[in-house]
Amino acid sequence: MSQIALKAGFDDSVHDSQRVFRALLDAMARPGRIVTPPAPPELPAALHPATAAVCLALLDFETPLWLAGPDVAEARAWLAFHAGCPFAATPDQAAFALVTDVAALPALGGFALGSDEMPERSTTLLLQVGHLAAGQGKRLSGPGIDGTALLAVDGVAAAFWAERAAACALFPRGLDVIFTAGAALAALPRTTQVED
Amino acid sequence: MPTATVQTDSTDIAARQRWMAVLARADSAELEAAWAGLADKPAYRLLRKPEVGLVMARGRVGGAGGAFNLGEIAVTRCAAQLAGGRTGFGYVAGRDVRKCELAALFDGLLQDGARQSQLLAGVIAPLAEAQARRKAATQGDAARTKVNFFALERGEDGK
Repeated sequence: MSQIALKAGFDDSVHDSQRVFRALLDAMARPGRIVTPPAPPELPAALHPATAAVCLALLDFETPLWLAGPDVAEARAWLAFHAGCPFAATPDQAAFALVTDVAALPALGGFALGSDEMPERSTTLLLQVGHLAAGQGKRLSGPGIDGTALLAVDGVAAAFWAERAAACALFPRGLDVIFTAGAALAALPRTTQVED
Repeated sequence: MPTATVQTDSTDIAARQRWMAVLARADSAELEAAWAGLADKPAYRLLRKPEVGLVMARGRVGGAGGAFNLGEIAVTRCAAQLAGGRTGFGYVAGRDVRKCELAALFDGLLQDGARQSQLLAGVIAPLAEAQARRKAATQGDAARTKVNFFALERGEDGK
Protein backbone atom coordinates (compact mmCIF):
# COMPACT_ATOMS: atom_id res chain seq x y z
CA MET A 1 0.00 0.00 0.00
CA SER A 2 1.39 3.34 -0.95
CA GLN A 3 1.90 5.77 1.83
CA ILE A 4 1.90 9.50 1.38
CA ALA A 5 4.01 11.17 4.02
CA LEU A 6 1.54 13.63 5.47
CA LYS A 7 2.62 17.09 6.42
CA ALA A 8 1.56 18.80 9.61
CA GLY A 9 -1.10 21.52 9.79
CA PHE A 10 -1.21 24.72 11.83
CA ASP A 11 0.90 24.80 14.99
CA ASP A 12 -1.94 26.33 16.92
CA SER A 13 -5.03 25.44 14.95
CA VAL A 14 -7.57 27.52 16.86
CA HIS A 15 -5.70 30.82 16.96
CA ASP A 16 -4.06 30.49 13.57
CA SER A 17 -7.46 29.77 12.00
CA GLN A 18 -8.90 32.83 13.70
CA ARG A 19 -6.09 35.02 12.37
CA VAL A 20 -6.66 33.68 8.85
CA PHE A 21 -10.38 34.31 9.20
CA ARG A 22 -9.72 37.88 10.33
CA ALA A 23 -7.47 38.43 7.30
CA LEU A 24 -10.17 37.01 5.02
CA LEU A 25 -12.77 39.31 6.55
CA ASP A 26 -10.52 42.27 5.79
CA ALA A 27 -10.02 41.10 2.22
CA MET A 28 -13.74 40.48 1.64
CA ALA A 29 -14.78 43.79 3.22
CA ARG A 30 -12.24 45.73 1.13
CA PRO A 31 -12.23 44.14 -2.32
CA GLY A 32 -8.90 44.65 -4.04
CA ARG A 33 -6.94 44.88 -0.80
CA ILE A 34 -4.11 42.37 -0.64
CA VAL A 35 -3.67 40.70 2.75
CA THR A 36 -1.22 38.10 4.02
CA PRO A 37 -2.71 35.48 6.33
CA PRO A 38 -0.48 33.38 8.61
CA ALA A 39 0.50 30.20 6.78
CA PRO A 40 1.01 26.68 8.11
CA PRO A 41 4.69 25.75 8.60
CA GLU A 42 4.61 23.07 5.92
CA LEU A 43 2.16 22.42 3.11
CA PRO A 44 1.57 20.19 0.11
CA ALA A 45 3.56 21.07 -2.99
CA ALA A 46 0.47 21.97 -5.03
CA LEU A 47 -0.78 24.61 -2.59
CA HIS A 48 0.42 28.15 -2.05
CA PRO A 49 0.82 29.20 1.60
CA ALA A 50 -2.23 31.50 1.45
CA THR A 51 -4.35 28.77 -0.16
CA ALA A 52 -3.39 26.25 2.50
CA ALA A 53 -4.15 28.77 5.24
CA VAL A 54 -7.60 29.57 3.85
CA CYS A 55 -8.42 25.88 3.42
CA LEU A 56 -7.46 25.03 7.00
CA ALA A 57 -9.49 27.96 8.33
CA LEU A 58 -12.65 27.53 6.26
CA LEU A 59 -13.06 23.86 5.37
CA ASP A 60 -14.65 21.29 7.63
CA PHE A 61 -16.87 18.25 7.41
CA GLU A 62 -19.84 20.34 6.25
CA THR A 63 -18.15 21.98 3.27
CA PRO A 64 -17.69 19.78 0.21
CA LEU A 65 -14.60 20.81 -1.73
CA TRP A 66 -14.15 20.49 -5.48
CA LEU A 67 -10.45 20.25 -6.17
CA ALA A 68 -8.91 20.70 -9.61
CA GLY A 69 -5.41 21.17 -10.94
CA PRO A 70 -2.29 19.13 -11.67
CA ASP A 71 -0.76 16.85 -9.03
CA VAL A 72 -3.29 17.40 -6.29
CA ALA A 73 -3.21 13.90 -4.73
CA GLU A 74 -0.99 15.05 -1.88
CA ALA A 75 -3.10 18.16 -1.30
CA ARG A 76 -6.24 16.01 -1.30
CA ALA A 77 -4.88 13.66 1.38
CA TRP A 78 -3.60 16.60 3.41
CA LEU A 79 -6.94 18.43 3.30
CA ALA A 80 -8.87 15.26 4.10
CA PHE A 81 -6.72 14.74 7.17
CA HIS A 82 -6.41 18.27 8.52
CA ALA A 83 -9.65 19.87 7.39
CA GLY A 84 -11.78 16.71 7.29
CA CYS A 85 -13.71 18.03 4.31
CA PRO A 86 -15.65 15.78 1.93
CA PHE A 87 -14.84 16.03 -1.78
CA ALA A 88 -17.53 16.96 -4.27
CA ALA A 89 -17.73 14.96 -7.48
CA THR A 90 -19.02 17.88 -9.53
CA PRO A 91 -18.46 21.64 -9.18
CA ASP A 92 -22.13 22.42 -8.58
CA GLN A 93 -22.17 20.29 -5.39
CA ALA A 94 -19.25 22.13 -3.86
CA ALA A 95 -19.32 24.76 -1.12
CA PHE A 96 -15.75 25.62 -2.05
CA ALA A 97 -13.87 25.05 -5.29
CA LEU A 98 -10.10 25.04 -5.15
CA VAL A 99 -8.34 25.37 -8.49
CA THR A 100 -4.60 25.16 -8.02
CA ASP A 101 -3.86 26.37 -11.53
CA VAL A 102 -6.28 28.86 -13.12
CA ALA A 103 -5.65 27.23 -16.49
CA ALA A 104 -7.69 24.27 -15.16
CA LEU A 105 -10.67 26.47 -14.28
CA PRO A 106 -13.84 25.29 -16.04
CA ALA A 107 -16.65 27.58 -17.21
CA LEU A 108 -18.13 29.36 -14.19
CA GLY A 109 -21.66 28.32 -15.16
CA GLY A 110 -20.89 24.87 -13.74
CA PHE A 111 -20.61 26.13 -10.17
CA ALA A 112 -23.47 26.56 -7.73
CA LEU A 113 -24.75 30.14 -7.82
CA GLY A 114 -27.12 29.78 -4.87
CA SER A 115 -30.80 30.57 -5.06
CA ASP A 116 -32.67 33.83 -4.49
CA GLU A 117 -33.83 32.51 -1.10
CA MET A 118 -30.42 31.08 -0.16
CA PRO A 119 -27.72 32.95 -2.05
CA GLU A 120 -25.15 31.73 0.48
CA ARG A 121 -25.39 28.26 -1.03
CA SER A 122 -23.16 29.35 -3.88
CA THR A 123 -19.69 27.94 -4.47
CA THR A 124 -16.85 30.10 -3.19
CA LEU A 125 -13.99 29.97 -5.66
CA LEU A 126 -10.45 29.69 -4.39
CA LEU A 127 -8.13 30.37 -7.32
CA GLN A 128 -4.35 30.14 -7.25
CA VAL A 129 -2.84 32.67 -9.61
CA GLY A 130 0.69 33.61 -10.51
CA HIS A 131 0.77 37.10 -9.11
CA LEU A 132 -1.43 39.71 -7.45
CA ALA A 133 -0.76 43.43 -7.47
CA ALA A 134 -2.77 46.34 -6.11
CA GLY A 135 -2.77 49.76 -7.70
CA GLN A 136 -2.77 48.51 -11.28
CA GLY A 137 -4.89 46.36 -13.60
CA LYS A 138 -8.67 45.98 -13.34
CA ARG A 139 -10.79 48.78 -11.92
CA LEU A 140 -13.00 47.63 -9.05
CA SER A 141 -15.96 49.47 -7.61
CA GLY A 142 -18.84 48.69 -5.29
CA PRO A 143 -19.47 48.17 -1.57
CA GLY A 144 -16.33 48.39 0.56
CA ILE A 145 -14.47 50.47 -2.01
CA ASP A 146 -14.10 54.23 -1.65
CA GLY A 147 -14.45 55.26 -5.28
CA THR A 148 -12.42 52.74 -7.22
CA ALA A 149 -9.58 50.34 -6.49
CA LEU A 150 -7.15 48.69 -8.87
CA LEU A 151 -6.17 45.04 -8.79
CA ALA A 152 -4.03 43.11 -11.25
CA VAL A 153 -4.54 39.35 -11.34
CA ASP A 154 -1.99 37.45 -13.35
CA GLY A 155 -2.95 34.49 -15.53
CA VAL A 156 -6.75 34.75 -15.50
CA ALA A 157 -8.41 34.43 -18.90
CA ALA A 158 -10.61 37.22 -20.27
CA ALA A 159 -13.53 34.75 -20.41
CA PHE A 160 -13.38 34.46 -16.61
CA TRP A 161 -14.20 38.14 -16.13
CA ALA A 162 -17.14 37.99 -18.54
CA GLU A 163 -18.54 34.83 -16.93
CA ARG A 164 -18.12 36.30 -13.47
CA ALA A 165 -19.95 39.45 -14.47
CA ALA A 166 -22.77 37.34 -15.94
CA ALA A 167 -23.05 35.24 -12.76
CA CYS A 168 -23.00 38.29 -10.48
CA ALA A 169 -25.67 40.03 -12.59
CA LEU A 170 -28.07 37.50 -11.02
CA PHE A 171 -27.65 39.17 -7.60
CA PRO A 172 -28.31 38.07 -4.84
CA ARG A 173 -27.09 34.93 -6.58
CA GLY A 174 -23.49 34.96 -7.74
CA LEU A 175 -19.96 33.83 -7.06
CA ASP A 176 -17.47 35.02 -4.46
CA VAL A 177 -13.85 34.65 -5.47
CA ILE A 178 -10.67 34.48 -3.40
CA PHE A 179 -7.43 34.84 -5.37
CA THR A 180 -4.25 33.53 -3.78
CA ALA A 181 -0.69 34.03 -4.97
CA GLY A 182 2.13 32.82 -2.74
CA ALA A 183 1.51 34.16 0.75
CA ALA A 184 -0.92 36.88 -0.40
CA LEU A 185 -4.61 36.85 -1.10
CA ALA A 186 -7.28 39.21 -2.37
CA ALA A 187 -11.03 38.73 -2.48
CA LEU A 188 -13.65 39.65 -5.03
CA PRO A 189 -17.12 39.34 -3.52
CA ARG A 190 -20.12 39.16 -5.83
CA THR A 191 -21.04 42.80 -5.16
CA THR A 192 -17.89 44.15 -6.77
CA GLN A 193 -18.05 45.47 -10.32
CA VAL A 194 -14.98 44.91 -12.43
CA GLU A 195 -14.02 47.01 -15.45
CA ASP A 196 -10.92 46.98 -17.60
CA MET B 1 -8.74 9.08 1.42
CA PRO B 2 -7.55 8.99 5.06
CA THR B 3 -6.49 5.38 4.42
CA ALA B 4 -3.48 6.90 2.71
CA THR B 5 -2.03 7.54 6.15
CA VAL B 6 -2.44 4.01 7.46
CA GLN B 7 0.02 1.31 6.65
CA THR B 8 -1.48 -2.13 6.75
CA ASP B 9 1.44 -4.46 6.10
CA SER B 10 1.90 -7.03 8.86
CA THR B 11 -1.07 -5.53 10.63
CA ASP B 12 -4.49 -6.97 10.58
CA ILE B 13 -7.31 -4.74 11.62
CA ALA B 14 -8.62 -6.83 14.52
CA ALA B 15 -5.19 -7.01 16.14
CA ARG B 16 -4.78 -3.27 15.81
CA GLN B 17 -8.20 -2.63 17.31
CA ARG B 18 -7.19 -4.80 20.25
CA TRP B 19 -3.98 -2.97 21.02
CA MET B 20 -5.54 0.46 20.48
CA ALA B 21 -8.29 -0.49 22.94
CA VAL B 22 -5.77 -1.68 25.52
CA LEU B 23 -3.74 1.52 25.10
CA ALA B 24 -6.88 3.64 25.45
CA ARG B 25 -7.88 1.93 28.70
CA ALA B 26 -4.42 2.04 30.22
CA ASP B 27 -3.42 4.48 32.96
CA SER B 28 -1.35 7.47 32.02
CA ALA B 29 1.29 6.38 34.55
CA GLU B 30 1.43 2.85 33.12
CA LEU B 31 1.98 4.17 29.60
CA GLU B 32 4.58 6.64 30.79
CA ALA B 33 6.44 3.83 32.55
CA ALA B 34 6.26 1.63 29.45
CA TRP B 35 7.57 4.48 27.29
CA ALA B 36 10.37 5.21 29.75
CA GLY B 37 11.34 1.55 29.74
CA LEU B 38 11.52 1.41 25.95
CA ALA B 39 14.91 0.88 24.39
CA ASP B 40 15.62 2.98 21.25
CA LYS B 41 12.72 5.41 21.32
CA PRO B 42 11.96 6.66 17.83
CA ALA B 43 12.09 10.29 16.83
CA TYR B 44 8.61 11.56 16.10
CA ARG B 45 6.55 14.63 15.38
CA LEU B 46 2.90 15.32 15.90
CA LEU B 47 0.84 15.57 12.74
CA ARG B 48 -2.15 16.45 14.84
CA LYS B 49 -1.46 17.70 18.31
CA PRO B 50 -3.66 16.18 21.01
CA GLU B 51 -7.04 17.87 20.87
CA VAL B 52 -10.06 17.36 23.07
CA GLY B 53 -13.57 17.09 21.68
CA LEU B 54 -16.95 15.71 22.60
CA VAL B 55 -18.38 12.44 21.35
CA MET B 56 -21.96 11.32 21.87
CA ALA B 57 -21.95 8.03 23.77
CA ARG B 58 -24.92 5.88 22.85
CA GLY B 59 -26.48 3.07 24.82
CA ARG B 60 -29.08 0.39 24.33
CA VAL B 61 -31.79 -0.67 26.74
CA GLY B 62 -31.66 -4.42 27.21
CA GLY B 63 -30.29 -6.53 24.42
CA ALA B 64 -32.70 -5.50 21.68
CA GLY B 65 -33.81 -1.98 22.60
CA GLY B 66 -33.32 0.98 20.35
CA ALA B 67 -30.18 3.04 20.72
CA PHE B 68 -30.45 6.18 22.82
CA ASN B 69 -28.05 9.03 23.50
CA LEU B 70 -26.53 8.50 26.90
CA GLY B 71 -24.55 11.74 26.95
CA GLU B 72 -21.43 13.35 25.62
CA ILE B 73 -18.01 12.27 26.79
CA ALA B 74 -14.71 14.04 26.31
CA VAL B 75 -12.40 12.28 23.87
CA THR B 76 -8.82 13.23 23.06
CA ARG B 77 -7.27 12.39 19.73
CA CYS B 78 -3.78 12.69 18.38
CA ALA B 79 -1.73 11.57 15.38
CA ALA B 80 2.02 11.08 15.55
CA GLN B 81 4.38 10.39 12.68
CA LEU B 82 7.37 8.27 13.62
CA ALA B 83 10.81 8.53 12.06
CA GLY B 84 10.16 5.52 9.82
CA GLY B 85 7.16 7.24 8.27
CA ARG B 86 4.49 5.25 10.06
CA THR B 87 1.61 7.20 11.54
CA GLY B 88 0.14 6.22 14.88
CA PHE B 89 -3.26 7.33 16.08
CA GLY B 90 -4.54 7.72 19.61
CA TYR B 91 -8.18 8.06 20.53
CA VAL B 92 -8.75 7.96 24.28
CA ALA B 93 -11.64 8.89 26.54
CA GLY B 94 -10.95 11.84 28.82
CA ARG B 95 -8.74 14.89 28.63
CA ASP B 96 -5.34 13.40 29.29
CA VAL B 97 -3.31 14.75 26.37
CA ARG B 98 -0.04 13.08 27.33
CA LYS B 99 -1.72 9.69 27.57
CA CYS B 100 -3.22 10.21 24.13
CA GLU B 101 0.16 11.13 22.68
CA LEU B 102 1.73 8.00 24.18
CA ALA B 103 -1.11 5.83 22.86
CA ALA B 104 -0.50 7.24 19.37
CA LEU B 105 3.24 6.59 19.64
CA PHE B 106 2.72 2.99 20.72
CA ASP B 107 0.20 2.49 17.92
CA GLY B 108 2.79 3.72 15.44
CA LEU B 109 5.48 1.44 16.87
CA LEU B 110 3.17 -1.57 16.90
CA GLN B 111 2.62 -1.22 13.15
CA ASP B 112 6.29 -2.01 12.66
CA GLY B 113 6.44 -5.75 12.00
CA ALA B 114 9.97 -6.02 13.35
CA ARG B 115 9.03 -4.68 16.79
CA GLN B 116 5.44 -5.83 16.97
CA SER B 117 5.73 -9.18 18.75
CA GLN B 118 8.19 -7.83 21.30
CA LEU B 119 5.91 -4.87 22.09
CA LEU B 120 2.78 -7.01 22.22
CA ALA B 121 4.41 -9.28 24.79
CA GLY B 122 6.32 -6.61 26.69
CA VAL B 123 3.82 -3.75 26.78
CA ILE B 124 0.34 -4.68 25.62
CA ALA B 125 0.01 -8.04 27.40
CA PRO B 126 0.91 -6.68 30.87
CA LEU B 127 -1.41 -3.70 30.37
CA ALA B 128 -4.27 -5.98 29.30
CA GLU B 129 -3.62 -8.22 32.27
CA ALA B 130 -3.70 -5.29 34.70
CA GLN B 131 -6.94 -4.08 33.14
CA ALA B 132 -8.53 -7.53 33.44
CA ARG B 133 -7.44 -7.67 37.09
CA ARG B 134 -8.93 -4.26 37.83
CA LYS B 135 -12.16 -5.19 36.10
CA ALA B 136 -12.42 -8.47 38.03
CA ALA B 137 -11.80 -6.62 41.32
CA THR B 138 -14.55 -4.12 40.55
CA GLN B 139 -16.93 -6.88 39.60
CA GLY B 140 -16.04 -8.77 42.78
CA ASP B 141 -16.77 -5.67 44.89
CA ALA B 142 -20.09 -5.19 43.15
CA ALA B 143 -21.02 -8.85 43.42
CA ARG B 144 -20.62 -8.81 47.22
CA THR B 145 -23.35 -6.24 47.59
CA LYS B 146 -25.65 -7.69 44.98
CA VAL B 147 -29.32 -7.82 45.96
CA ASN B 148 -31.59 -10.34 44.36
CA PHE B 149 -35.09 -9.14 43.70
CA PHE B 150 -37.93 -11.60 43.49
CA ALA B 151 -41.23 -10.86 41.84
CA LEU B 152 -43.90 -11.89 44.32
CA GLU B 153 -47.22 -13.22 43.11
CA ARG B 154 -49.82 -11.04 44.81
CA GLY B 155 -52.85 -12.38 43.10
CA GLU B 156 -54.54 -8.98 42.71
CA ASP B 157 -54.87 -9.20 38.97
CA GLY B 158 -56.22 -12.71 38.89
CA LYS B 159 -59.50 -12.14 40.78
